Amino acid sequence: MTVLDHRHHTAVPGWMPGATAPRTDPAPLLPDAAPVRVLGTPALEKQDPALLRELYRRLVVGRRYNQQATTLTKQGRLAVYPASTGQEACQIAAALALGERDWLFPSYRDTLAVVSRGVDPLEALTLLRGNAHTGYDPRATRTAPLCTPLATQAPHAVGLAHAARLGGDPVVALAMLGDGGTSEGDFHEALNFAAVLQAPVVFLVQNNGYAISVPLSAQSAAPTLAHKAVGYGMPGRLVDGNDAPAVHGVLAEAVERARTGGGPTLVEALTYRVEAHTNADDATRYRTEPEVAAWREHDPILLMERSLRGLGVLDDALVRESADEAEALAARMRAEFHAEPELDPMSLFTHVFAEPTQQLREQAAQLSAELAAEAEVQQ
Amino acid sequence: MSTATPTRTATMAQALNAALRDALREDPAVHVLGEDVGALGGVFRITDGLTAEFGPDRCLDTPLAEAGILGTAIGMAMYGLRPVVEMQFDAFAYPALEQLFSHVAKMRNRTAGKLPLPITVRIPYGGGIGGVEHHSDASEAYYAATPGLHVVTPATVADAYGLLRASIASDDPVVFLEPKRLYWGKAAFDPAAQVEPIGKAVLRRAGTSAVLITYGPSLPVCLDAAEAAAAEGWDLAVLDLRTLVPFDDETVCRVVRSLGRAVVVHEASGFGGTGAEIAARVTERCFHHLAAPVLRVTGFDIPYPPPMLEHHHLPGVDRILDAVARLQWEDRG
Repeated sequence: MTVLDHRHHTAVPGWMPGATAPRTDPAPLLPDAAPVRVLGTPALEKQDPALLRELYRRLVVGRRYNQQATTLTKQGRLAVYPASTGQEACQIAAALALGERDWLFPSYRDTLAVVSRGVDPLEALTLLRGNAHTGYDPRATRTAPLCTPLATQAPHAVGLAHAARLGGDPVVALAMLGDGGTSEGDFHEALNFAAVLQAPVVFLVQNNGYAISVPLSAQSAAPTLAHKAVGYGMPGRLVDGNDAPAVHGVLAEAVERARTGGGPTLVEALTYRVEAHTNADDATRYRTEPEVAAWREHDPILLMERSLRGLGVLDDALVRESADEAEALAARMRAEFHAEPELDPMSLFTHVFAEPTQQLREQAAQLSAELAAEAEVQQ
Repeated sequence: MSTATPTRTATMAQALNAALRDALREDPAVHVLGEDVGALGGVFRITDGLTAEFGPDRCLDTPLAEAGILGTAIGMAMYGLRPVVEMQFDAFAYPALEQLFSHVAKMRNRTAGKLPLPITVRIPYGGGIGGVEHHSDASEAYYAATPGLHVVTPATVADAYGLLRASIASDDPVVFLEPKRLYWGKAAFDPAAQVEPIGKAVLRRAGTSAVLITYGPSLPVCLDAAEAAAAEGWDLAVLDLRTLVPFDDETVCRVVRSLGRAVVVHEASGFGGTGAEIAARVTERCFHHLAAPVLRVTGFDIPYPPPMLEHHHLPGVDRILDAVARLQWEDRG
């Protein structure tokens, strides 16, 4: 009795023995003809008001988190910050769509999703502060380390989900990627493995229009990035990435599908990186102000305010509560990040291997002696 | 419980197969994955019969994509499994180098010990089997130069079993390099007696004149060279490193200090190779005991040659003896 016994050759009627194509009808896998939207559509009426309020509150707090982190780079408190400003709907929906026992596999731009998953901002930002690669325990919140090499975390999500499935454990893994990442070989290999293994994985591509400076038109000639799913034999979904309830709905559906044995899904969320790639980037060199201005009008928080006010879901009290929570978070970040982090140079040698090798013990002794000599000079 | 009858003879390929089988039997966390490892049993038959015995969940034929294989193994290890990955040939492992260097080698360190990755990456390596282009690389230096990886390479049937068991049991990632030209050599094999710790070099032949320091595919060549040297009056010791990382400085230096002359032999290119590291380490630690510079006998600094020319590239007995002859014997008091 094995999980993978479904894999066998299916003969094609009337064709050569051993011939195995065509195998599936591509039509049901094709992405939505237009990006899925909820805000400003009749679908909004059917949404759970509590979820809408939760999304709104988290968006406002998330925006403030992005702003504060960007400010901290200007003050030299973070080494670098790739902001997800403008992409908060994707960040928050990804975190909310998962259950506690599921796993999130974020990229370096997804610290807001990590924080939304329950990781403390101080711990989520150690990588970008420069004091530790991963400041949180990935097992505690089932959140993988922020991944810098593009799309390389996608196969990890597949492997983890596959392992869970082998053990009959209903865990889903969600990998977060960007439009540039879809050009990487690891993206292709991860999607192919996921589909072949029918692993319970959801791939969320936040298509924010640019891979640093290179626009999507120079990145891919696919009809949409979601169409790439069809080639692997999994469904592709296309969603307005700035419409928080739409992103949440599409992701929640994909997560449920994965959990109940339906296999992987690729979701492309159309969004925009309102800020530059990082604080070190100059976005005026490759995109125009009218383009940015148009997206500022299609802002995830503005879209929510416009729709939810009319629906009576959003009132002044919620606006105030959300703003207060956001300011409290920002104040805490300022206080915590203005304190110098505690650094232990000797920790460099602690986690290279389970036990340090003789060579590492010798090198640790060398550093220890250097530190002692430094301390003596300072006295 | 072992599948092998004690003290029978076996090939290295059979010993590796027995090691995988025993590991799969003893630990449900062990999972084998790679290209053609299922019905075919791998192109070298190292996984022969494993899918039949343990099912495709435990010994998985993957799509043909090395980064995907290793990346998937990483996720499996994060979940708590103990994956054993087969790369089909040395040069076919290169697409997986990013996963190996950026994640496998670093994950424990990146997460302050929270996510160790007990993955064994098995790679048939080296030449001498008449393989055409891209089937004969000796790529150990890349792995040995990457902090966070253990690098193990057996040279005997017994070590193939014992070191593979130890590698799979290790909580650190291990690049397990299998000298493919030694796959079919037979020797006595008693798995019950083999519990080889990673990181210990072993003296394969005692000697009084000089030591040949080697590993993996070059061990039999060095033993042959030592035999031939006896006729010329040199009594050569042969030291089998077995593990490149962690490196057994203690044993290597003890032997070098006692003999004063050493030649490092490996078939990989010499420039930036492991022999350079070994020669430097030995010189730094044993300088006053050395009667001659530590010499290297390695493959040339060329892309791996066509099989009809490979014997010119691979270190042979004559080239080793030439190096031994250059160990400044005229200074011997």
